[in-house]
Amino acid sequence: MSIDNIANAVATPDHPQPYRDLGVKDDEYQRIRDILGRRPTSSELAMYSVMWSEHCSYKSSKVHLAQFGDKKPQTDAMLVGIGENAGVVDIGNDWAVTFKIESHNHPSYVEPYQGAATGVGGIVRDIMSMGARPVAVMDPLRFGPLDAPDTRRVLPGVIAGVGGYGNCLGLPNIGGEVVFDPTYLGNPLVNALCVGTMKHADIHLAKASGIGNRVILYGARTGGDGIGGVSVLASETFDADGPAKRPSVQVGDPFMEKLLIECTLEVLHAGLVEGIQDLGGAGISCATSELASNGTGGMQVWLDRVPLRDATLSPEEILMSESQERMCAIVPPEHVEEFMAICRKWDVIATDIGVVTDTGRLVIEWHGETIVDVPPRTVAHDGPVYQRPYHRPAWQDALQADAPTAERLPRPQTASELHELVLRMTAAPNLASKSWVTDQYDRYVQGNTVMAQPEDSGMVRVDEESGLGVAVATDCNARVAKLDPYHGARFALAEAYRNVAVSGAKPLAVTNCLNFGSPEDPEVMWQFAEAVRGLADGCLELGTPVTGGNVSFYNQTGDVAILPTPVVGVLGVIDDVDRRTPMAWAEDGDLIYVLGDTADDFAGSEWAHEVHGHLGGLPRPVDLAKERVLGEILLAGSRDGMFNAAHDVSDGGIMQSLVEMALRSNVGARIWVPRDMDPFVFMYSESATRAIVVVPRDEESRFTAMCGARGFTAERVGVVDSQLDTDAIAASTEDSSNGSEPAQLLQLDNVHGETIRWSVDELRAAHLRTLPAVLNA
Amino acid sequence: MARVIVDVSLKPEILDPQGRAVQGALGRLGLAGVTDVRQGKQFVIEIDGTVDRAKLEELAGNLLSNPVIENYSITIEQA
Repeated sequence: MSIDNIANAVATPDHPQPYRDLGVKDDEYQRIRDILGRRPTSSELAMYSVMWSEHCSYKSSKVHLAQFGDKKPQTDAMLVGIGENAGVVDIGNDWAVTFKIESHNHPSYVEPYQGAATGVGGIVRDIMSMGARPVAVMDPLRFGPLDAPDTRRVLPGVIAGVGGYGNCLGLPNIGGEVVFDPTYLGNPLVNALCVGTMKHADIHLAKASGIGNRVILYGARTGGDGIGGVSVLASETFDADGPAKRPSVQVGDPFMEKLLIECTLEVLHAGLVEGIQDLGGAGISCATSELASNGTGGMQVWLDRVPLRDATLSPEEILMSESQERMCAIVPPEHVEEFMAICRKWDVIATDIGVVTDTGRLVIEWHGETIVDVPPRTVAHDGPVYQRPYHRPAWQDALQADAPTAERLPRPQTASELHELVLRMTAAPNLASKSWVTDQYDRYVQGNTVMAQPEDSGMVRVDEESGLGVAVATDCNARVAKLDPYHGARFALAEAYRNVAVSGAKPLAVTNCLNFGSPEDPEVMWQFAEAVRGLADGCLELGTPVTGGNVSFYNQTGDVAILPTPVVGVLGVIDDVDRRTPMAWAEDGDLIYVLGDTADDFAGSEWAHEVHGHLGGLPRPVDLAKERVLGEILLAGSRDGMFNAAHDVSDGGIMQSLVEMALRSNVGARIWVPRDMDPFVFMYSESATRAIVVVPRDEESRFTAMCGARGFTAERVGVVDSQLDTDAIAASTEDSSNGSEPAQLLQLDNVHGETIRWSVDELRAAHLRTLPAVLNA
Repeated sequence: MARVIVDVSLKPEILDPQGRAVQGALGRLGLAGVTDVRQGKQFVIEIDGTVDRAKLEELAGNLLSNPVIENYSITIEQA
């Protein structure tokens, strides 16, 4: 086989090249020729094609994402900002935390188990390449309708993949989301978040500096898996005729990844490494060009030294392979021996494949022939940037005009209809218990998990002595984002912020995973631009900087795009995890307060979706200044011991939150609908900026004074009560005879002059049955 | 009567962590010179009457194997 080397490329300028098949546009190809002053070799074309793909170059999103930097709030917490593998945040006591979300949507649709598993593996390597020890993962997931046949193919595989990889690594999975909507049917969203911790001195960056330093590839051998996956899998839409296209997918090996984590942390802590980079999408192409571009600027690589799993791979394939569990380190020559010894100890193959130079060129040789000779910046950072046209969709006005008023969507009128509705909503797929999913994840391995699903946020202890810990939550109501992408993104931010604050942690920083349809559709592009603008504005208002994130475009089947889904992750810090606020109430007599104002807000609500299959209206914009005050109240109340429990109010409104608190504690409560309020609106409105807090009686005056001083609404709506009069229910149910323990009841008074009751057991049965009924069938 | 044997193995370009682990163990336990191990699974299906080859191919390709990462081969032994 003849190799297309530089001399050959110069000699045959008119040799036709299959650039279009690699996703390179005509003008992009011309630009490559202009940069090089000749046609690219096939290896160079492979590198440019994969690095200039949407997935790696952010060519459609870059111009918008700049706002995250431009509107960055002033904060001392940020140690490393956007642009590195992951941002790093100071949490005090010399500890730093890094966290990031990435998407693995398309691979997970093609091969659910391996797609989801390698999604976890990829984000974990991102975190460890910053020098951090991964301590927890989370997975925001979105699928088609629960009962759709393809959901039954995709969902169990994805869950098993997330669980299988994370459990083998020994990383607790502390939260995330599982959401169902018809638009995700041909395009599930599998996002993976990882959190890592480190001491300040251990922060590392991906750059290759120091002339003469060695380039060492270590980890798994390179095979033919996922070749071109990054450009083909991540940047092309699935055709309606489905499974015909079966690109080779990557298969992960979590045990190898575990060795890689330990090996990487040891070489970093031993001070042997100048720069480090994980190999994810675009493999060696990405690692070498990014390291060189960030560093001194030159690198010489001998590609034939790369250890292979399949000896027949061509150099182009080696450059593009996405084989998992590989890393690349820049090591000064005097440390190479020690580096190699540590790799041997961990049974990790390590190979010296190159050297840092001062030529300003990335030169790659294959058995003595030069096959790549490019300025690395042009590959890694100076890719094409598109100002994609965008415009507000013509249908947006009609969508927003279709408000879910009482006239448009019939509402339950009587106490008995509301009684029924609660049982139905408790069992609705989006509100039902996700324990079928989370029970497959190890949530407590490593012994530092303080909170995990179904709590509002996942919380892990970082420092055993002081109890210093971090809490992370991810959220997005994509229906609201569809109705108004700008406010939808702020809604998601506010909810994640609140979920962190409600558990007693101070929100510090934001990551995001922006899942959208095709950027070539101006209407989708408008959704994206609006969502980014909303998130950037929101982060500025809340004082929480964006530390990094990920964009996933082309999430659509045929012409139908997914709901715009800007998933927002917020990380917060808590000085002592023992002071966290749980969601379960416990003490009889504790007072149940709703913080915030409840209005008639049903646009994008779970009720409209579940009961009427309706999506329309204009959501009331979330007031982030108010959200910030709510956060302060939640933190101050937690710190001063005013709360025995707290829970966010979002999907499914106050009623759903109360049900979840009762189920979590297995203790009943008496609730009353505030005077002058419609019971249905009280129960299921999804007004933002609200939380439920449970206040001990002797803290009540201090609590109400605190809220009053800040001008924040706090309304007492109930009391925890495990001893509610059970006679009424005992008389009407058959198993009244075995009553040593009183049945726990949730009671709602003042419902059109009546009282409604549910036993906590019947609510639990409704809550638990939905997912198993479909997925175990 | 026919006995149908369906062998399912990972495609050659797909990483086989289990095979790797076995390869390591074989070496440790004294079998020298092992350069590669690939593992798979085998279905032995007894069928009364004639074999519907087309149906068999379809099910071997979609149910018995994962077409994204696995290959299969079918052997039919007539009794």
